[in-house]
Parts: sequence; C-alpha cells; structure tokens
Amino acid sequence: MAKIDALHPWKEVPLGCAILEAGNSRQFKTGDWRSKIRPVTDQEKCIKCGMCWIFCPDMAYNQRADGFYDWNSYYCKGCGICARECPKEAIQMIAEEE
Amino acid sequence: MTEVRFHGRGGQGAVTSAELIALAAIDEGQFAQAFPSFGPERRGAPVVAFLRVSKDQIRIRSKVYQPDIVVVLDPTLMDIVDVSSGLKPKGILVINTAKTWEQIRKDYGFKGRLAVVDADRIAMEEMKVPITNTTMLGALIRAAGITRLESMDRPLDARFGKIAERNKKAMQRAFDETIIKE
Amino acid sequence: MPIQKGMEVSIAVSEAVKLANVDVISAYPITPQTHIVEHLSELVADGELKAAFIPVESEHSALSAAVGAAAVGARAYTATSSQGLALMHEIMFVASSMRIPLVMTVVNRALSAPINIWNDLSDIMAQRDCGWVQLFAINGQEAVDLTLQAFKIAEDPRVLLPVAVNLDGFVLSHVIEPIELPDQEAVDRFLPVFKPTLRLDPDQPVSMGAFGSPEVFIEVKKQVEEALIGSQKVAAEVWKDFGDIFGRTYKPVESYKAKGAEILLVTMGSITETAMTAVDSMREKGRKVGLIHIRLWRPFPFKEFFQAIREAKCLAVVDRALVPGGVGGPVGLEIKSALFEKKERPYVAEFVAGLGGRDLTVEVFAEMAAKAERYAKTQKEMRYEMIGVREK
Repeated sequence: MAKIDALHPWKEVPLGCAILEAGNSRQFKTGDWRSKIRPVTDQEKCIKCGMCWIFCPDMAYNQRADGFYDWNSYYCKGCGICARECPKEAIQMIAEEE
Repeated sequence: MTEVRFHGRGGQGAVTSAELIALAAIDEGQFAQAFPSFGPERRGAPVVAFLRVSKDQIRIRSKVYQPDIVVVLDPTLMDIVDVSSGLKPKGILVINTAKTWEQIRKDYGFKGRLAVVDADRIAMEEMKVPITNTTMLGALIRAAGITRLESMDRPLDARFGKIAERNKKAMQRAFDETIIKE
Repeated sequence: MPIQKGMEVSIAVSEAVKLANVDVISAYPITPQTHIVEHLSELVADGELKAAFIPVESEHSALSAAVGAAAVGARAYTATSSQGLALMHEIMFVASSMRIPLVMTVVNRALSAPINIWNDLSDIMAQRDCGWVQLFAINGQEAVDLTLQAFKIAEDPRVLLPVAVNLDGFVLSHVIEPIELPDQEAVDRFLPVFKPTLRLDPDQPVSMGAFGSPEVFIEVKKQVEEALIGSQKVAAEVWKDFGDIFGRTYKPVESYKAKGAEILLVTMGSITETAMTAVDSMREKGRKVGLIHIRLWRPFPFKEFFQAIREAKCLAVVDRALVPGGVGGPVGLEIKSALFEKKERPYVAEFVAGLGGRDLTVEVFAEMAAKAERYAKTQKEMRYEMIGVREK
C-alpha cells in the first residue's frame, strides 16, 4: 500500500487515485510491524547466494560491495522467511532487546 | 412508402435480396431500409427479410406486417408458410415457381395479384447454381418497380465482383420472363 | 462533400471507429455486436486501419485490455452486448474510477435467462451505476456521430471517463439504411490526437489502479462523480463543435412535436423513430401527443428534461428494462425521482415494453399514449404496466 502523506481535499487527490511518485513504497516503514524477533546472519556460514534478498517480502536486505547482505531494520517486519529459506541455515531469528 | 417481405430459406440469400434493393434505392436518392428477421442463422430454415423504400425519411423500425409486395424465393415454402399473410388487397405476390399462374391460383387459392417466374431454371442456366435471390430481383422490379433495373448494377458489382455479370444476366432474364396477372 | 450511402449500421459504426483513428481495439465477439468487430478486424488485417486488434478470451479481458491500452495513452475501443457486458461489470467500475477515457459500443440485447439474443435495454441498464457516460442512438447516423463524439467527450481533460454508445441490437445494428460517413479530414479537425493527462510511461513512472484506503476512497468517488456531472457541459461543447463542422445538431434531450402536447411519450434508442410515426398519426387525428427522447442517459440531464416536459400534463414513459420488485423500469424510476422535487408535475404513466425483442409497432405506441391519457384523467395509482403480456 502506498503511503498517503497528507489527507488531500477531493479536488487535489491525484487523478483516479494514481500514485505520481515512483517507488514511494520506500517511505513505508514496515519495520514498525516487527515484534520481538529479528534475523541475524552468521557470515561464516553465508555463501552470498542472495536467497534472503530474493525471498524477503519487504526488501529488507541489500547487497554490499563485498557480496554479503545487510539487514535493514527500517523494513524488516520479522517474518522469518529469510531464515527459513537460507540454504546454509546461516540466518537465525533472535530475540530483540528492549 | 413501399413495404416488401421476402420469404426464403436460410442460405438462399433473402436477406441479401432485401439489402441489394435497399442499396440501389438509396443510390437513386430514395430512402430505404432493409433488415432480416433476426435470429440464430440456420441453413434451410424458413426465413424472412424486410424492405422499406420511400421518397421520404423512414421512421418506423418494427417488422413489416402489411406488405405491398411479397417475394417468395423458394416455392416449397408455399406449403409450410402462409406467404400471403397480411398482404395488402392491392399488393402483389412474386413467386419463383415452375408452375403457371393458373396452377398457383388453383393450388393455393390465392386471389390477388400474382407474378410468376421460373427463377430456378434461369439461375441454373445462367449461374449453374440454384440460388435465386438476385434472379428474383428482376421479377420484383418488373412486378413492382421500386428501383430501376440499371440501379442494381453498382450494388451487384460491389457484392459479387467478377460473378456480378452472371447475376445481372439472370436478373435481366427474370425481368423479361416474369408473367404478371392482375 | 460526403453523401448518404446505403450501409449496414454495424459497418458504419466500425467505419466511424476507423475514422476516429483508434490505436487499440480489444474485443470478444458476441451476437449482435459481431458485425462491428468482424469488420474492424478486417480493416486492421487489410492495413486500412493502423491499429492493434487484440482478440481476447472473454469480455472481462476485452475491457481490461482496453483499460490497459488507454492507460498507456492509446485511443482504445471495444464493443459488446448482453452477457458480454455483464461479464465486463467489475471492470466497468475500474475504468471510470481510474479515469480511463475509452469508448465502447454496446449493441443492446436482453440478458439471459431464457437465452435470448434479441433487443432490449436490460444489459446497459444493469450497468447504470458504473460511472460511465452513456449515450443512446436512435438511428444509424446517430450511431456514427455519437461514436465520434464519444471519443472527444471521453478524452477531454475535464472528463477522462469511459463512454458507452448504445445502439439497439438487430433492429438498429443489422439494418441497411442511408448513412453519411464524414470525411477523414473533417474528422481529424473535429477529433485531434488523444493527449492523455496521465499515462503509464517508463520515463515518468506512476502507479495507476493502486489501493485506495478509507482515507481517500470517498474523495476519489467524489472526483469521478463531479467529472461525470461535468461531462454534460463538455458534451454540449462537443455537440456545438460537431454541428459547426458536420451540420448535425445534438442535444441531451430531444423533443418531437412536443409543443402544445399534453401527453409526451418518453423513449430512448431506436424505438424513438417508430414512436415518432405513432405521434404523427395521433397528431393527424387531433390528439395532443408529442415525444421526447433521452440521448444522454448518464449523466442524466435534469435541467433539459424539466425544460422539455414543462408543458406536458402526462408522461408515457416507455422502459425496455425492468427493475424487478421496484417501481417499473429504470427510466421511469429516474423520472419519478427527478419530479419529486417539483411542486407541479405531470402524471407519469410507466410502461415496460419490448423485452427480449418483442416488436414495438406504431400501434403499441398509440396504445400506450391512449392508456396514459386515460390513466391521467383519473390520476390512476399505478407503479407500472407491462405491455403485451399474454394473460390467457
């Protein structure tokens, strides 16, 4: 869902409710949905296959220059799909500190 | 306004007959309207088509119930359909038949004006097919006018291309050979 | 100068679509719309019309593809009838709320069951509330003219809504009659190239058809409604332009011998012409009968309607669709509701007639006018009367 920044009067709603700003889903902080657990990657086990990046529904992983994947708490909602899909069991879901 | 009803069987070209006359009449600057009795198309089933021609704009879109002219493309329909239904007292029945007008009167008890022509024979001789829709246009024009015979040239050319000439010849022969009895 | 030529109305409509220089046609064949899309596919295949013809697997896809095409800025067209229109139902709402300007010919046909391929208006009336501009042609010439006008109305930046041009199945669509097809040059002058306000463009990406939460949904609906109501003003301008170029004038509500008429038949679509002939014959007998026909059904032209009926004592509304369990048919319903705000209003006799292709003759219109007059005298309480039903 696109984030609606402001509640426009009807005349100012973009035509047909179109979203005029490309890629504005980036502004949507799905990380707020995360509760209690988050993933952590063991770089000793990681083979840089990118499965976490592919499967993450909220694009919370980004590849670094060295090939490893960074986790982004802004988008991660803690669903655990990355941990389940990792072929090397390099990702563990751990309890978040308060 | 002249109203015409065509009787044929699905595939015999009754609808095309009505269309061609309408096109010719419109070319002449008259107003005309042609339409089929709408329904699923079924080869061989009795069908009717309607035609209205007028000097004035035609503002009526219901079927023709009291025709001035009825054209019968297939004589076998006479046994299963009341082709003269609603025909106006001074109207004329134009029939493709090998029978004489006396026989038609006798067989069907029809008292009104009658035009007969053996369109099957003409069509077979001129076009080698027993399709009489264009042939019968000659009989219709002879019996009732509506359009000039030469006005049929353009619509026939447009519709039939290189076989238009044969259609025109068959139409001309029917025009010449139609026998009309008051 | 174009002259009147005899042609089938369906063929004339497809020639009008060609003259409108459409970019995309997506259609699924259904009786009695078939001749229109068959001819268009021939025109495209023969290279006479440079457009993409998308043969789809259903009407749902036909309209979806047309919406997609219009969203990228193409001039898009489709056509359907009856069950096909019913299958488009959900996309009908999508097209209007996404503000997609496209044109669809609806060749009106009854809805099943029983299976029936003949004419009435139950197909389009079931789509009444989809937010489309809806126009009705009474003859072949109007079907051609309204098709050209529809693109101009739809594409106006103040409108940006889909337009449905309705013509009666078979009784109009399959008739050969005299029609004047305008010159391409004149059409190009009337209808310039479509310039989309918003479109899908990889260089300037936008999202169309996205989610609309409760915080924006009402605002979007308000916007569509205002655009639809505003389309009447645009239609008036389009009709003015059309008249200036082609010499044929169009109004949202048309009157025929309405001056001095106490009874007015109210019709839509091609039955109007037969009703006019009935009016002629009743007038010859000294009866004060006239007619109005509604060309612009959505948005409903309230002001013009009130103006057209101001002298009438009685309206005989002829509906060709039923609102089951309601007050009669959709046109009667609309008119009765509209009149409620008026202190002085004519008696409304509401008739439902011609369903599923039942032929409507001059005599049937005379019968309805006579009944309306009789009912008005006694102010008979009636919801509606169904005409031509065998009771025994």
